[in-house]
Amino acid sequence: MGQITLKQVRKSFGDVHVIPGVNLDIKDGEFVVFVGPSGCGKSTLLRLIAGLEDTSGGTIDIDGKDATALPPAKRQLAMVFQSYALYPHMTVYNNIAFPLKMAGMDKSAIDAKVQDAARVLNLTTYLDRRPRNLSGGQRQRVAIGRAIVREPKAFLFDEPLSNLDAALRVNMRLEISELHQQLKTTMVYVTHDQVEAMTMADRIVVLNAGNVEQFGTPMELYRTPANRFVAGFIGSPKMNFVDGPEAARHGAHSIGVRPEHVEVSTSAGSWKGKVGVAEHLGSDTFLHVNVDGLGLMTVRAEGEKQLHHGDDVWLTPDPSRIYRFDKDGRSLKAA
Amino acid sequence: MARAVTVRTKVVYSAAAWAVGLLIFFPVLWTILTSFKTEVSAVASPPQFLNADWTLQNYADVWQRSDYPRFFLNSVVISVGSTLLGLAVAIPAAWSMAFVPGKRTKDLLMWMLSTKMMPAVGVLIPMYLLFQRIGLFDTHVGLILALMLMNLPIIIWMLYTYFKEIPGEILEAARMDGASLRNEILYVLTPMAVPGIASTLLLNIILAWNEAFWTITLTTVDAAPLSAFIASFSAPQGLFYAKLSAASTMAIAPILIVGWFSQKQLVRGLTFGAVK
Repeated sequence: MGQITLKQVRKSFGDVHVIPGVNLDIKDGEFVVFVGPSGCGKSTLLRLIAGLEDTSGGTIDIDGKDATALPPAKRQLAMVFQSYALYPHMTVYNNIAFPLKMAGMDKSAIDAKVQDAARVLNLTTYLDRRPRNLSGGQRQRVAIGRAIVREPKAFLFDEPLSNLDAALRVNMRLEISELHQQLKTTMVYVTHDQVEAMTMADRIVVLNAGNVEQFGTPMELYRTPANRFVAGFIGSPKMNFVDGPEAARHGAHSIGVRPEHVEVSTSAGSWKGKVGVAEHLGSDTFLHVNVDGLGLMTVRAEGEKQLHHGDDVWLTPDPSRIYRFDKDGRSLKAA
Repeated sequence: MARAVTVRTKVVYSAAAWAVGLLIFFPVLWTILTSFKTEVSAVASPPQFLNADWTLQNYADVWQRSDYPRFFLNSVVISVGSTLLGLAVAIPAAWSMAFVPGKRTKDLLMWMLSTKMMPAVGVLIPMYLLFQRIGLFDTHVGLILALMLMNLPIIIWMLYTYFKEIPGEILEAARMDGASLRNEILYVLTPMAVPGIASTLLLNIILAWNEAFWTITLTTVDAAPLSAFIASFSAPQGLFYAKLSAASTMAIAPILIVGWFSQKQLVRGLTFGAVK
């Protein structure tokens, strides 16, 4: 079991209120991703759950029991750090065995579990090596191995992929997702990368300045963002925002249209503009268009679209996919 | 661009370095040479060097007249004992200062260092009386305590600097892995800090071994180490330079040998923090 419930959890460093008050209910077996810009408090929130930071107020329940005052060692959670935080003086074997030794398990049981984890993570041939003789991806696997052998109630990941190169990151992303499907253990994952959040999460927590802006499934966040911040943060490339008279025409303070919900034409449409930069990715073409009176807009067109710098284009937003926001940035319900 | 170093510059710098090195080493060298001269030759003016009367008699005399092994043993017990006790106190102290610093940690560190700025003689009378009254005078325990307290600021500072270089995340990982504070320090922090702890240990053994002020004033017979052994050869009826030199040589020889074999550790210990 691995249910984690946060009630009015607060954290201040001196006069700085990093987390003003968060309520969250993470279900058993769920893969929850905390996402937000840097400094939004997502890592702090994870460290509060881990017990590495003390709360300034509120309670954290793990499996229905109050764990707010428990030290990290007693919470039965495992954590994978951004820097991997392997023990440099121990071999891979001893790194993975360490939590089991601390739990006072006997030698033969430890050996069975370490060998098991090494098999799952393809580390069998590296067990006698020290961390400094491993590549980044291998180190990451050892860190995960150290976490899974304990069979914790939940895994906590603190930006575990940010030190890997792009190709390896995609691989490890898949491996972690597969691991979750195998183990079915609760996972809480912190990242600033919304692609990681969208691809891995059952549910995403979008954080901004320590506040939960929205908590929902990736598609809920994509389709019905609670506010302008979430709308802008989820989705790649970013949503286009338009203020002023054009927004007023839709009865809103500002409106937003995703790049994939705009029709491009060379003959007619709602908004006229000039192509600034055209990025041809093969599968897609991203056009950065200077729209007259509205400013720069990003549009996703099909990959074969032959448009280049300086071309005149007309853009037409899909009327059913125009997001409307009030002056505080809150989403307005469809009229 | 690499700077071209001419042969002449190299020669000049090497010669200067050797000159400084010799200047520093000269008193030790002269002591060792004097220890092999006769008393007459030792005080001859002008000083005799190659034309001196060489003898081993001083060593024989010193060995016969005093109980060298006992002084030696006392030195070992006091220097090693005070250093180990110091480490036992300093490791947890440095841990807390490096990893859970409070608002006043920096002030505390400075204050500890400032105690080293006070001349030892300033607390001579109270220390002397205190040791007399509570029965620590001329005991191993007393001297171990005194030297431990004297060197503690240096031990804590050295370890603190070392611990600061260990990433905190690794200790947090240990905590997440279920390690108690004791196990965290024992299995993770200490093994990672072994090079630092080793150089701290060596340097403090040397400091304690060479300490003369407290070891001479707080001992008479039973716990007197080699520093007191040397002092016992400067008799009021006149100095016996050759014998005094022989005693000094015998006193510094063991620590000189230890220092020679642990050079690498020592240099690392004395320069860490300076180079990352």
